[in-house]
Amino acid sequence: MFNQARHIRDKYIRDEMWPSIFCTGCGIGNVLNYTLRAVDGVGLDIDRCVFCSGIGCSSRLPGYIEADGLHTTHGRAIAFATGVKLAEPDLHVVVFTGDGDMAGIGGNHFIHAARRNVDLTVICVNNYNYGMTGGQVSPTTPERGLTTTSPYGNVEQPFDLCRLAIGAGAPFVARWTVGYPYETIEAIAAALRKPGFAFVELLMPCPTGYGKENRLGDSEAVWRWYKEHTISRRDLLQLSPEDRAASRKIVVGTLWDVDRPEYTRRWAELVQGL
Amino acid sequence: MQKEIRICGFGGQGIVLAGVVLGEAAIRAGYWAVQTQSYGPEARGGAARSEIIISSEPVDYPRVQAADVLVALSQPGFDKFGRGLAEGGIVIVEQDLVEAGGARAVPFARTAEKLGRKIVGNIVMLGYVGALLDLFPPEVLTEAVLRNVPAGTEDLNRRAVLAGRELFAAGARS
Amino acid sequence: MTAGFDYEKISGILGPREQFTQGDVACAYGALLGGCTFFAGYPITPATEIAEALSRLLPRVGGICTQMEDEIASISAVIGASWTGRRAMTATSGPGFSLMQENIGYACMSETPCVIIDVQRSGPSTGQPTEPAQGDMLQARWGTHGDHEIIALAPASVQECVDLTRKAFNLAEEYRTPVLVMTDGEVGHMREKIVLPAADEVEIRRRSGPSTPPGAFVPFQATRGKIPEMAGFGTGFHTYVTGLTHDERGLPATSSANAHTRLVRRLCEKIADATPALTDVEQDLQEGAEAGLISYGISARSAAGAVKRLRRDGLKISHLRLVTVFPFPEAVVQAFAAPLARIIVPELNLGQICHVVREAVDGAARIERVAKIGGEIITPLEIVRAVREGGEPVRAAS
Repeated sequence: MFNQARHIRDKYIRDEMWPSIFCTGCGIGNVLNYTLRAVDGVGLDIDRCVFCSGIGCSSRLPGYIEADGLHTTHGRAIAFATGVKLAEPDLHVVVFTGDGDMAGIGGNHFIHAARRNVDLTVICVNNYNYGMTGGQVSPTTPERGLTTTSPYGNVEQPFDLCRLAIGAGAPFVARWTVGYPYETIEAIAAALRKPGFAFVELLMPCPTGYGKENRLGDSEAVWRWYKEHTISRRDLLQLSPEDRAASRKIVVGTLWDVDRPEYTRRWAELVQGL
Repeated sequence: MQKEIRICGFGGQGIVLAGVVLGEAAIRAGYWAVQTQSYGPEARGGAARSEIIISSEPVDYPRVQAADVLVALSQPGFDKFGRGLAEGGIVIVEQDLVEAGGARAVPFARTAEKLGRKIVGNIVMLGYVGALLDLFPPEVLTEAVLRNVPAGTEDLNRRAVLAGRELFAAGARS
Repeated sequence: MTAGFDYEKISGILGPREQFTQGDVACAYGALLGGCTFFAGYPITPATEIAEALSRLLPRVGGICTQMEDEIASISAVIGASWTGRRAMTATSGPGFSLMQENIGYACMSETPCVIIDVQRSGPSTGQPTEPAQGDMLQARWGTHGDHEIIALAPASVQECVDLTRKAFNLAEEYRTPVLVMTDGEVGHMREKIVLPAADEVEIRRRSGPSTPPGAFVPFQATRGKIPEMAGFGTGFHTYVTGLTHDERGLPATSSANAHTRLVRRLCEKIADATPALTDVEQDLQEGAEAGLISYGISARSAAGAVKRLRRDGLKISHLRLVTVFPFPEAVVQAFAAPLARIIVPELNLGQICHVVREAVDGAARIERVAKIGGEIITPLEIVRAVREGGEPVRAAS
């Protein structure tokens, strides 16, 4: 275990960028950990990986990885990544983004890339607010949630990002919280392997922003909150129909996994012999 | 030598195509040419204008300043764009659609109909204008037409150009 | 990475060397002959024909052509593609150009080579979508926030659409910067004769790759003058590209005033210092002339017509046409202005480049404008009248 941790650190972490900017109790460091273990486990050539991101806390992740990184403008990571992938389809293109970056300003690029089924692995870290700018309301803030721009409570219905991804055409959709390490690593690995738009939503505490505003308690309390308010899809299916209908817990697991022709392959077939 | 030609009519009469063909013929014949157009937002109807400048030198200002040849295929086209004639400029109008004192009224539409398809009215007009301008051999214009019409319509369009030339010759005789 | 540039294949696909075609189509031809193998765009009048032409041509030369969901996605994809080594471009008009500004700044900051064509139309806002204008010129220079320089070329003919688009790619690669090709709805849609270049007239100047191996290579360290070598994605150099202020390693350095100053000054000087090399103008000087015209783009055609008329009537006039508008050729403009009492600037806007001229000339001559909007291009007669009777005055910032 420790050897693997050291191996991951030595091989994949950009030393000059350490220590990271993340707050105590934040889960983004975990996301980095799980992603690198998945990359390593799948056996991707790191020289052929490109990590793209937008603007936000989770978008800082490519900077910590010793690999090609494209830290772009707010909301646009998926569009930049589409350009990279279309131009050089053999590259493994991973996008780190957040709920605000991807589903707010970046919503349009998200649904179109899913619709096109471009071979990207999109890891969306959802902490229910715009964390980097101090904790404003985001398109995934729960109803009645308190943020710096919804001080009386959020009156909007949040997106269910996974439903949105499925509706837009993504062939692989998974949701976990950073409190499920092995499942998350496996889900990211599956997403990396999946040809097409593979979407992984990772729910994660933001103790400095959303957690603080909503008095979710200290870091430990916040992590516990996630554990108590989620249920895996497998466990959900084991419940009685009544209990299942009554459950208010957030469902985690691989929620969707189908096969669809991927964009760059369709393009290559189309133009063959032109 | 510089000739400025303006063709106006309504959208759908093929006047932009006519301008493009004339321009293409001109450059094949070794001249310099510029072609521009403007139309209203309607896909059909409205007033459309296509202009061509043919010159033995590179053309600077790309629009017609004083038309040597003004062709009007519709009344609204003529009303809107039928101005700015050069001294010695010639006005040609579609006989069936345009009232314009002092202009040569030519039956382009009727001639096209006699050939079998009213839609080649613009090609008949081109044949006429080509003969009038007399800047290049008729085959150059005909080849330019054939490069710009759908496959299978070559014979019809060839006859349309010829019919236009004959209309001009007949007019010149009378 | 793309295969090498294949002139034979490309010219085979483009058709006869002499053609009668539209400016927009000519831009597409110029792109292919400039080594472009990636286009991402969004439909907008009067630039759509560029995307349509490239959607037919690019796949036949192994290129990628895609329609993105909006203009922001288009310029984003272009920048991403450029980092894989492809020559990438997009094309738009005013409203799309406005949307792209943030990422144009990103391309400046990250030193990403790319080409953006703006077929200018009448604005502001939705304006007159099918009518030409020259209303985006100062936006070309200052549209994106912060300190930066830009290279902007202004074709005045369909032939220049071919040649300046080709040139734009070489400039983008050499200076590692976005290059703007500012055409307009008139040039974009008019048809003229073009002659496509022969094989020996086509030069593809590639971006400089790293001359040191991974680990030793410093990605944002200038090695040729003020221009760093560029390591593409997927080549083992692990380049970190960001729009944040960064140091020579490419890593964020936002709390260092020194790093920011070093970086941004270098980015600006990279282009400003190269003004003499980038200057491309056409001069038609007349000994003894007291008045001169400074023009660019489609208005230069009107100006040329006016010059002909004026001289025929015995009036002396000089004419300077800007082919590269930015970086602004200040020295050339000052030399042009020196013997003159008046300079008239005709533009399809209410005054944009006339201000830059006025600043450069700095009182040595009086600056007047012929400002025309509404869709009709300026007539030679309107310029003649301005020369004879005086043009509109130019006031600061309006």
